[in-house]
Amino acid sequence: MDFELSGEQQMLRDNVARLMKDRYGFEARKGYQASPHGWSDALWREYADMGLLGAPFAEDDGGFGGGAVETMIVMEEFGKALALEPYLQTIVLCGALIKHGASSEKRAELIGKIAAGELRLSFAHTERQSGYDLNDVGLTARNDGASFLLSGEKGLIGQGDSADTLIVSARLSGDRRDRRGIGLFLVDANAQGVTRRGYPTQDGQRAAEIAFANVRAEPQDVLGELEGALPVIERAVDETIAALSAEAVGAMSEALSMTVEYMKTRKQFGVTIGSFQALQHRAADMTVALEQARSMMYLATMMAGEEDANERAKSISAAKVQIGRSARFVGQQAVQIHGGIGMTYEYKVGHLFKRLTMIDAAYGDADLHVRRLADQGSLFA
Amino acid sequence: MDLRLTDDELAFRAEVRAFLRDNLPASIREKGVAGRKLSKDDYVRWTRILADKGWAAPHWPREWGGMGWSPIKQSIFLDEVQRGHAPEAIAFGVSMVGPVIYTFGSQAQKERFLPRIVDLRDWWCQGFSEPGAGSDLASLRTSARRDGDSWVISGQKTWTTMAQYADWIFVLARTNPQAKKQEGISFFLVDMKTPGITVRPIETIDGGHEVNEVFLDEVRAPLDALVGEENKGWDYAKFLLANERNGIARVGISKARLDRLRELAAIPVYGSGPKMQDPFFRAKIAAVEVELKALEMTQMRVISNRRNDGKPDPASSVLKIKGSEIQQATTELLMEVVGPYALPYEAPDGRTNEPPVGFDWAGPLAPAYFNNRKVSIYGGSNEIQRGIIAKAILGL
Repeated sequence: MDFELSGEQQMLRDNVARLMKDRYGFEARKGYQASPHGWSDALWREYADMGLLGAPFAEDDGGFGGGAVETMIVMEEFGKALALEPYLQTIVLCGALIKHGASSEKRAELIGKIAAGELRLSFAHTERQSGYDLNDVGLTARNDGASFLLSGEKGLIGQGDSADTLIVSARLSGDRRDRRGIGLFLVDANAQGVTRRGYPTQDGQRAAEIAFANVRAEPQDVLGELEGALPVIERAVDETIAALSAEAVGAMSEALSMTVEYMKTRKQFGVTIGSFQALQHRAADMTVALEQARSMMYLATMMAGEEDANERAKSISAAKVQIGRSARFVGQQAVQIHGGIGMTYEYKVGHLFKRLTMIDAAYGDADLHVRRLADQGSLFA
Repeated sequence: MDLRLTDDELAFRAEVRAFLRDNLPASIREKGVAGRKLSKDDYVRWTRILADKGWAAPHWPREWGGMGWSPIKQSIFLDEVQRGHAPEAIAFGVSMVGPVIYTFGSQAQKERFLPRIVDLRDWWCQGFSEPGAGSDLASLRTSARRDGDSWVISGQKTWTTMAQYADWIFVLARTNPQAKKQEGISFFLVDMKTPGITVRPIETIDGGHEVNEVFLDEVRAPLDALVGEENKGWDYAKFLLANERNGIARVGISKARLDRLRELAAIPVYGSGPKMQDPFFRAKIAAVEVELKALEMTQMRVISNRRNDGKPDPASSVLKIKGSEIQQATTELLMEVVGPYALPYEAPDGRTNEPPVGFDWAGPLAPAYFNNRKVSIYGGSNEIQRGIIAKAILGL
């Protein structure tokens, strides 16, 4: 057992950390947020130049041969900086759908472009009624002889307003909640019949509601097995949860270090508030929560590539529970210990709290994953 | 980064499991499963079995009987022993005073004491806490003065675990009352049969007798009872406490309790069916398992990052806090399995001729819950641990 990063991984961490330090101060972030995409095109190009966008893909597919550990490293640093770029959507989530769903020709075609920063993707999957249920797909794909016609609506699609291409899940057969009968389609985001309405989200990012009215998709746009996409979706979401856990750990560690720094400088009653035992113990509890979350980040990273879907899902659920609970506690206490300043929109800590809150709510909150674990056997079987 | 166990480590784990399966006496294992008290003979018998295999003090230096295992293997061993419901080693000898003796003791002390610790010929107890020195241990008042060819030790120790079985006690006593409180303390090895030592039992809320008061009234110990240098005892105590915190997470114990919990919760006790059918209860178990899984990983991180400077790693405070909370949560869930049938009182040492009321396995559950409130108090209370994290990790 070995928790050490390799030399190259260490370098990756240093490089990303330096870039975030130089380019992602909280004031700079406000500028990126106000730009049309809600994130920085210039930084996206820099990520491409640094190799971040191809990091988790196989070299044969046009990537740089990394994996879950590289994703963890990038996401943790992004989490500290509250980076807004669609890394999670494009590289992690859609990247995993392509990795596990696409043919080798398709992978070669797409991954090179993704790695070069030329293709931004979002996964158009969740619908108004689906909540956390990945099998709940009502948008239909009708086989029209030569091609498919997609009709229906998707919602809460991360960075769906700025994506070039959408990966759309659609029902080909069966009832709305059947596990079989779901397919994935690559759709140009500007295709005839696609209507997008983008909006800001609580965490400073953007999402979109997307309507599809008889949008045409060709057979070569099908990703993976036509009616058997759900296992690929589940796997991609598991990998995304692993990456989110790293983002959460980054955000928590930033929130904690800002809080501790504040405790060392803020004076009341003639002393720094860090001298108060009530606050010291709270900060200690935040440390425990962070370290427990960090441990589960490692577990999720290790298990993200596990082929046994049940074992993988159990570990990922366990990680999501710990991440969600720690994120809530650390976020809430960071605001509490900062007092009034923590409540202000101009100060970073409240935004870390908001992102942490949204991470818990993404892909199943802690309660949902506890319930899921409760219906399975022991984690220590 | 590779978080899997190596083939060698997996083979080692299988070897330990097989050894436990073939050598742990059934009567001892059954007591462990049921959460019943072990007798002194149980501990001695099991320790001798381990000693014959060479596994009674595996973390020691090889020349004194250690196995030279990696920290990961030591952790696997402990985890398997705990999860297999085998008795835990009596820490006072093999984990506390033993390392102090082989690190700071004289050659004569090493030769005299260490072999007898390994196979539990000598049972040790810990003379640290006093009525006025709990978390603030350095304010202890037991005194030792030199008188001719002996030390004369007087004072009162308390919370002395299993002193009723002990052959020897290691004692912190003040040898220089003028010095700063940490600097005037020395570390002594004292024969429990020495005149002037009185042991008085303290009954705890579970009805059990684990801890005692130990009175030292002008106890005369030879000059070579002193370990290392006079007035350096606090350094040795800190070294000892750093060792005490290793394994303090007790992950294997909590795993074993969760195994037991799932087994008992499958039995219909009251109401409409087994507790395990209640989704709310299952969710509580799942939540504890998540915490324990995280703790297991945290422990591995601490182990693989272990410092060798003999100082406590502040990260072990995280292990102490979470480990104790989880031990308490698991004993609480076990008690909840039987609901109202946790009520009948059963004296832990069987001082009753009455047949048990309800399920015969239910008797120890409430006492275990009550007893485990101690784990967030001993070994540096969880509040002390939070203070350590605040100062040593966060710099507050």
